[in-house]
Amino acid sequence: MTTATHPLHFTLNGERVSTAIAPHETLLDTLRNRFELYGARESCGQGLCGSCTVMVDGQPVSGCLSLALTAEGCEVTTIEQEVHPDGKLDAVQQAFIDCGAFQCGFCTPGFILMSRDLLSRNPSPSDEEIREHLSGNLCRCGAYPEIVQAVQQAAVMLRQG
Amino acid sequence: MSTTTFKTNPQGQVGRSVSRVESHAKVTGRADYTHNLVLPRMLTGKIFRSTVAHGHIRAIDTSAAAQLPGVHAVVTGQDILRIIPDPYYGPAFHDQPILALGKVHYVGEPVAVVLADDPHIAEEACALIVVDYDELPAVFDEMEAGKSEVIVHERLKPAGTFPDLKHLAGRTNTNIALDFHLQRGDVAKAFAEADHVFEHTFRTQQVMHTPMEPMVSIAEPGHQQITIHTASQSPSFVRIEIARLLGWQENQVRVRTGTLGGGFGAKLYIKLEALVTALALMTRRPVKIALTMEEQFFTITKHASTFRMKTAVRKDGTITGRECEVWWNGGAAADIGPRVTQKSGFTAPGPYDIENVKVDSYAVYTNLPPAGAFRGFGIPQLVWAYESQSDIMARALKMDPVAFRLKNFLRDGRPQATGTIMHEAALHLVLERTASRMKWDQPFQKGTGTLRRGRGIGLGFKALVAPTTSVAMINLSGDGSCIVYSSTVEMGQGSDTAIAMMAGEVLGIAAEKIKVSRPDTDITPYDMATLGSRSTFHMGHAVRLAAEDVLHKLRDLAAEVGEADSSPANTATLLRKKFGMQAGNVIGVGSYIPPYTPPNYENGQSDNITPNWMVGACGVEVEVDTETGHVKILRMENVVDCGTPINPKIVETQISGAAIMQIGISMFEEMVFDENGQLRNASFSEYKIPGIQDIPPAMGNEVAQAQQSNGPFGAKGVGESATFGVASALAEAIEDAVGVRLTSLPLKPEAIYRAMAAVRGEPLDTP
Repeated sequence: MTTATHPLHFTLNGERVSTAIAPHETLLDTLRNRFELYGARESCGQGLCGSCTVMVDGQPVSGCLSLALTAEGCEVTTIEQEVHPDGKLDAVQQAFIDCGAFQCGFCTPGFILMSRDLLSRNPSPSDEEIREHLSGNLCRCGAYPEIVQAVQQAAVMLRQG
Repeated sequence: MSTTTFKTNPQGQVGRSVSRVESHAKVTGRADYTHNLVLPRMLTGKIFRSTVAHGHIRAIDTSAAAQLPGVHAVVTGQDILRIIPDPYYGPAFHDQPILALGKVHYVGEPVAVVLADDPHIAEEACALIVVDYDELPAVFDEMEAGKSEVIVHERLKPAGTFPDLKHLAGRTNTNIALDFHLQRGDVAKAFAEADHVFEHTFRTQQVMHTPMEPMVSIAEPGHQQITIHTASQSPSFVRIEIARLLGWQENQVRVRTGTLGGGFGAKLYIKLEALVTALALMTRRPVKIALTMEEQFFTITKHASTFRMKTAVRKDGTITGRECEVWWNGGAAADIGPRVTQKSGFTAPGPYDIENVKVDSYAVYTNLPPAGAFRGFGIPQLVWAYESQSDIMARALKMDPVAFRLKNFLRDGRPQATGTIMHEAALHLVLERTASRMKWDQPFQKGTGTLRRGRGIGLGFKALVAPTTSVAMINLSGDGSCIVYSSTVEMGQGSDTAIAMMAGEVLGIAAEKIKVSRPDTDITPYDMATLGSRSTFHMGHAVRLAAEDVLHKLRDLAAEVGEADSSPANTATLLRKKFGMQAGNVIGVGSYIPPYTPPNYENGQSDNITPNWMVGACGVEVEVDTETGHVKILRMENVVDCGTPINPKIVETQISGAAIMQIGISMFEEMVFDENGQLRNASFSEYKIPGIQDIPPAMGNEVAQAQQSNGPFGAKGVGESATFGVASALAEAIEDAVGVRLTSLPLKPEAIYRAMAAVRGEPLDTP
């Protein structure tokens, strides 16, 4: 069951990578155990909380439900991907800090990836659109009001370039 | 919220709005959660859990599980005995075996563990374990358990830590794990003379903290020593308890915590640490156990409770007597429940000036998952009851509920139910600010047709837990840079930032330039635990004293080397002068324990029950759909007294976060059990916590302009205060809107709809 016999090739945070995996591995298992990327995390284990969110070919995916083999040939992006080559934080990350949009931080990578996803499709979302887009992410610390504020601030920053 | 008015020292750190010092790590996914930790040759354990609520174990068949390829070992309670002969742990009672021995006490109790390299294999093997039970009758309701013939634990075994539990040692034939009694004045006389007597029973449900980082512990064995990496709120307690279980010295046990992905009380005392320790010593390999979200529901929860409250009131609205009988459903392990029973129990009559009071508060064992600390430590259950009754009485007396409370609140200088004289509890101010933010004195549109509106307001208070100790160390290096060593656990509350700010305030160093170490019991000194909003006050004082000690040592050093400037900014020069190069340290130490008088066992009286009182109030406006019972919270206003906020930016998020958590507990969270004690909804698919769509469209938070003169820099805790007033305010708003009063949580649409149907004279069938 653990035999890692299945080859897997994909692009991970802009780099082409290859590994061998067991067929039952989730994408989250593979990212954590074979690439030591810990920004995506298993919390509910049911695809309901968004803590394990990663982007696959530009679409948000629950890493805990997605079998790694389905990522063959895909472009996978995690929170560890640096948006700016100098490692500077992007507008969404900075806005999350400025607005105090997290407490324990466990769910934060999922919220940031989903917020970027929204802003890439809709540069001027309403509060309602933000809430709708982030409704699949849970934050037990209840930083929701600050998260909505942060996405609005990031939208302004991105529009201003 | 104003961020400038509190600032005590314009050049200082306290009162600045500082972003969390760990911000960068959190937004880049690099924060150091124990969840992420992997050690060489590490085994993973999966727990096999009891499927019956109460029963004797006849046989455990682990053979099929052990034969599954990839399984390293299958371990049962009998195996644990070889490593730890007396494997019972717990902060108040030694009532939890590391793995079940002889008997199981609830569905979900750990019975065996499978160890494997791959957690998926361990999980598969767990399904192959077969246990044969002799089932026993079980008891689930706290009121029944108090007089039941079903006994959860045959003999009570107090841990010896708390003096008020000692008398229970060896007691048999009871499920009562603590009875706390308080008496002041003569309640019987008050009831006899009262114009009105109100009597109600209020209930709360069992819920779970569900921290997003599920509980996780790793033990790493060494030669006659062990290192435990654990997502714990109480590393110092873990060290002491593991050393006790092993018969070792404290310095043989090293406990390290990472950043916690939420705690809320779930990760206190001992959870998985004793189990991974035994497994690591047995296998001589590092062992990790990481719970799933589902398993957390079987580990620790919030007490369900029943509160019978009887109150005597004069015609003019003065409360003259109150009798409180509180039953706390502790589940199958006491955990810290007996402390909840006492520490919360003595505030059960509420923040009111009542001549005659009587409290009987009982911690009760049942065959349900254990209950312990949960953000508020019992206070939200009590406030739910006493503030609900305040609203009911105000309605009956045709008094405004705000005026009714203001009339009866304790004023500074008056004795609280314990006899302790109230000091610096801004009850009136906090309620007045909440009412003002709600525009309480202005007309309110109640809605028409099927959408009816209502509003409610409530206030609770909490005594800071006492007596507890914090110790801190501060180290200035050869270049003058500063590290604070503290065992306070950063779990989202912003403690690292607050500690850096308080050290920086004394030392004149910007908080952003100060490093706060992670708890590591080999390095960081003792701290009782990160709980009960105690860190700002206790660790704050310890850090302040450590920083003052640094200043003192710098003055000595400056005198020794003949320098006039002894400020921390000149540390590098002073050390270079003494050691001839960039070398050496200046180390300051501070420890703090506030004065305290324990309550008298007979009557609960104490002249100093707490160092301070934390106050929180909530006002809500709701809209109820009369066709469905659905409630929409339109507006929520939260006001707290936390003295001077150390970091206003983080304080505000603590207020709103606590209130949002309490919305879930008030409105929809509920662990549902079947008649056999099987939990039916142990996952996010069936147990709903608040999401981003559940947030009131209008939400305001405020820190009342108050002082806490015995606090560090005028501060006291704030992490729990905004949970207090939420539930009763919602129930009152619902009554205001549609005329029905609910006395049990959660306030689900179905319950509201049923109550409305009953009022109409068309009661629905019970399901």
